[in-house]
Amino acid sequence: MTDTCDNGRDAPRCVPASIPLLVTQKPLVQVRGLVKRYGGRVVAVDRLDLEVYAGEVLGIVGESGSGKSTVLRVLNLEERPDSGEYYFNTPELAGLNLFALDRPAQRRVRTFEIGIVYQNPHLGLRMRNTSSGNIAERLITAGERNYRALRLAARDALAASEFPLERMDDLPIRLSGGMQQRVQLAKAIALKPKLLLLDEPTTGLDVSVQARVLDTLKRLQRETGVTTIIVSHDLGVIRMLADRVMVMRRGRVVERGLTDQVLEDPQDPYTQQLVHAKL
Amino acid sequence: MPTIAELASPNPGYSYAFLDEFAKRELRRRILKAIAIPGYQVPYASRELPIARGWGTGGLQVTLSLVGPDDVVKVIDQGADDSVNAANLRRFVARMAGVATTTDALNATLIQSRHRIPEERLQEYQTLVLQVPDPEPLRSVEHDISKARLLHAEADYGLLWLRLYEQLVRYRRVTLGASYPCVVNGRYVMSPSPIPRWDVPKLHRAAHLTLLSAGREKRVYAVPPYTDVRPLEFADVPFRVEDQRGWTCRHTGLQHKFMSELPQPGGGTLYEISDTGFVEKVIARSRAAEVSIGATYYDDAGRFYIDGYLR
Repeated sequence: MTDTCDNGRDAPRCVPASIPLLVTQKPLVQVRGLVKRYGGRVVAVDRLDLEVYAGEVLGIVGESGSGKSTVLRVLNLEERPDSGEYYFNTPELAGLNLFALDRPAQRRVRTFEIGIVYQNPHLGLRMRNTSSGNIAERLITAGERNYRALRLAARDALAASEFPLERMDDLPIRLSGGMQQRVQLAKAIALKPKLLLLDEPTTGLDVSVQARVLDTLKRLQRETGVTTIIVSHDLGVIRMLADRVMVMRRGRVVERGLTDQVLEDPQDPYTQQLVHAKL
Repeated sequence: MPTIAELASPNPGYSYAFLDEFAKRELRRRILKAIAIPGYQVPYASRELPIARGWGTGGLQVTLSLVGPDDVVKVIDQGADDSVNAANLRRFVARMAGVATTTDALNATLIQSRHRIPEERLQEYQTLVLQVPDPEPLRSVEHDISKARLLHAEADYGLLWLRLYEQLVRYRRVTLGASYPCVVNGRYVMSPSPIPRWDVPKLHRAAHLTLLSAGREKRVYAVPPYTDVRPLEFADVPFRVEDQRGWTCRHTGLQHKFMSELPQPGGGTLYEISDTGFVEKVIARSRAAEVSIGATYYDDAGRFYIDGYLR
């Protein structure tokens, strides 16, 4: 049995046969040899390999400056890496290195296949546009030219992220931090992406709001089965959401494995330090 | 045909139509490029003129580079031939190029205009030059000009649609008045200069060539004859021209032409057709003078001449 089954998630997709899914399936997202430097000397990400299977939640933990947010920005095709390959195992994109695509093609991938939630809502939202407009923008980019359809889709996406619908036409700047994250989440899932990237989605929220946003994230992930990569320095968040975890330090992966395994029995000295600091 | 020597100014310090030959040649080349890529903004070296930037220098440079001794020139300012700006520019062009001028839209071969397209349908022998203060339709949504150019290059106009969406959410209608962005030939979005929404459909599959030139911003772009021009509109929220139903011109008694609103001291309002050249002809005809009035873009019931274009 796979770890996905052990967590009691995605029960219908667990084949009772003895072959684990991770062996039979190809990973949905594959990254090979990712290198990202800033200004020549700073190596933010150093030869990173990464695989995420369909329906899985991968957690990335590490201290500030370990390169985890850079990984997400590069995976969202916002920044070009210095080298590396990035594959999506979907029928349309199989065998294409996404890093090598031209800008319009990358934009299509970013629009249709990837959703992202940033820690800072100013990065993910247009503060001068209404909340529903922020979601509509994504659908417009995808080619929707019907006003009523845009309204309905924005409403659906906001409802799915448990946003109070009577405030859907308020400016995000007038919303609380938790609501802003819900708008970002609605924007991210509006087009039913294959990959959801969460960059410290609940950092900066107070504990009770954090718990409610995490509940929403967990429920959405369970219902849609969207493949997710979540970056956080909060091991509690990782423990709650992630199936597998990757520990990064100075742009390198120091340890990876099942979440419970890594957090209960860390092997690498840095991970041990991290876990003890938290617990 | 007159020779170049005959055309040359007797004063050796000046060349024909004020601009030097090199400047005119450069601008003509830019215009050809603009015609080849409908709606695309071509940069050009905007020259100094004896009028200030922002007073129609863009349009004037295009007019001066195209005008020849056989042309008949009309200059319009907000529909009027008799405003200070129009009179100034017309006199300047006439003096520098030695051409005839007119106020009759159908007699003119070259029409320079600010903010309006005449009510009578322009024909294939005519060129309309529009003065443009701000050529960049994306400016209100993307203030970084280099990013805006990338958006043009990738035909990524989502932000303009988002602006329409926002207006519908907030005001339940599109509040854009002049400079309504439109897609030219299915590719580039252009700002049709500050013409009212009423005039935007006139550009669609028009018989005449339209050149739009911004002197301060140093950009020229074009709508070639018989080119598709579509205002941005949602499938279920059609584009609408200004609603002036029930407005009657105080000079001619006509309706369904673009009107200027004249507030009266008593609190009432009078209306007059903004196209003064057209009004002149209508009045002349009512006094039994021989004038030919061409077919108009909007008929007397307010219907646009291309069926089905305005939903």
